[in-house]
Amino acid sequence: MSPSRGDRWLAGALGLAAALAGGAIVLILAFLVIEAWPALRQVGLSRFLGDSGWLPAAGPDGNFNLVPMLAGTVAVTAGAMLLAVPAGVISAIFCRYYAPLGVSHIYRRLIEVLAGIPSVVYGFWGLVVLVPWITRFRPPGQSLLAGALILALMVLPTVALLAESALRSLPRSYFEGAAALGLGRFTTVRSLALPAAAPGIGAGCVLATARALGETMAVLMVCGNVVQVPTSFFDPIRTLTANIALEMAYATQFHRSALFVSGLALMGLVGLLISAVERLSPKPAYE
Amino acid sequence: MSASPRETLDSPQKLQDACISTEGLSVSYAKSYALRDLHLEIPRGSITALVGPSGCGKSSFLKTLNRLTDLITGCRVTGSVRLDGEDIYQSGFDVLSLRRRVGMIFQKPNPFPLSIRRNLTLPLEEHGTQDSAALAAKTEAALRDVGLWDEVKDRLDSSAMILSGGQQQRLCIARALALGPEVVLLDEPCSALDPLSSAVVEDLIASLRESYTVIIVTHNLSQARRIADQTALFWLENGAGTLIETAPTEQFFSQPQHRLTKEYVSGARG
Repeated sequence: MSPSRGDRWLAGALGLAAALAGGAIVLILAFLVIEAWPALRQVGLSRFLGDSGWLPAAGPDGNFNLVPMLAGTVAVTAGAMLLAVPAGVISAIFCRYYAPLGVSHIYRRLIEVLAGIPSVVYGFWGLVVLVPWITRFRPPGQSLLAGALILALMVLPTVALLAESALRSLPRSYFEGAAALGLGRFTTVRSLALPAAAPGIGAGCVLATARALGETMAVLMVCGNVVQVPTSFFDPIRTLTANIALEMAYATQFHRSALFVSGLALMGLVGLLISAVERLSPKPAYE
Repeated sequence: MSASPRETLDSPQKLQDACISTEGLSVSYAKSYALRDLHLEIPRGSITALVGPSGCGKSSFLKTLNRLTDLITGCRVTGSVRLDGEDIYQSGFDVLSLRRRVGMIFQKPNPFPLSIRRNLTLPLEEHGTQDSAALAAKTEAALRDVGLWDEVKDRLDSSAMILSGGQQQRLCIARALALGPEVVLLDEPCSALDPLSSAVVEDLIASLRESYTVIIVTHNLSQARRIADQTALFWLENGAGTLIETAPTEQFFSQPQHRLTKEYVSGARG
């Protein structure tokens, strides 16, 4: 049976839409590589990892060490996820299995609102509330800790909402089966619901991590932006994203190209994350 | 409502025989009745089949016996259900241990999406078996009881989801039997299975007689006739499920007393 004319049109339209979505990522990557190329060619990858500092405005003879920014980005993201994953998953469990119906409804709405707050507002709040609070313990306040806390708050809704939706999509029959075997609520959640929903919860965590890696404005406002590899939670740091945002406005020629290398490094981190997850996640059992 | 010990002593014959007895049992959802005023005694160590058209309260009845009705919002149960003479709806009754004593098998096999082994050890651990040797022994015994051991012994750590429908259903039965229940409730356990698996599961159910008190809901009259010691007909009357007739299976099919039973058994209705 040959496909009807309508089917061919639909297939064509769908193919085009898919090509646009897939093509966008290829184009962006190509653009980054082209713009970064002059710096990469003249300075070389090794100096981006081994120079003594970051002084890109001096042209090819400057210093181009991106390691502090890479370290800052990884550290602030890891710190944020360390806080946001447990908090998000626990809040999803509370919402799904423990909260009364009305409370759970309101709670979900609040989390959704949290997801909708613009990052500059988070940054603003962090700057006027969180940073002074940290300063009381250990100045300067603008620090890795402040960045991790703000980022955690920002990605928490992603983790919580996706975990809740993964738990919600578990079939009712699992829970009937668990109840019929006399499993208590805690056992049901810990040993049945969480393992069964793990792939969905994991996917939420990956999305949240990618968002944390790429977040710019809020971390720029609270992290202090000093180029250094952090040795404590209270050290100011500069992330790859902040590096680009801070300098792009006045960067020209070679400096500009070096900033595109920052962007490429960030893309590399995200790619690394996704391929690591791909490799580590267990293959789903077929039914 | 509850019988005093005095009364128990007065009628030893009756209570010795009945494993489960219900009196004036009604189940309602919101404003409509699923089941009204049901009086039924289930003899110990026998198989009781519940038959009747869809939507006449058979499944609701099963769910009152292990209080799975508790999970349904807006569901109200009145009257009494006695297990070994004890009212399971009395306040403070331990529901989790009730469900260990009264196992349930569902229409659609519902193994947990965990390993075959974990499907058995999880409920065992929850009900107090912690020792790993004991867990392994009970796992093997339960799988042997349902004839699944030889089929799965080399892949106990594979997901239970890769088993066939019939194997999954037997795993679910093994999971319930591993807890050493007194009563096994089966809600159309063969209806989602192919004929061959269905025959295997049916033989398994027939073999449970004497070791367990079995209550099975089935739409398959020949199945009821083959395996049940007593058969009960449920029917929808005035918008609520009602018990029409209960009799030893042979008598139920050969000399039905009630007009509806006659018509249902002969295939004229239902």
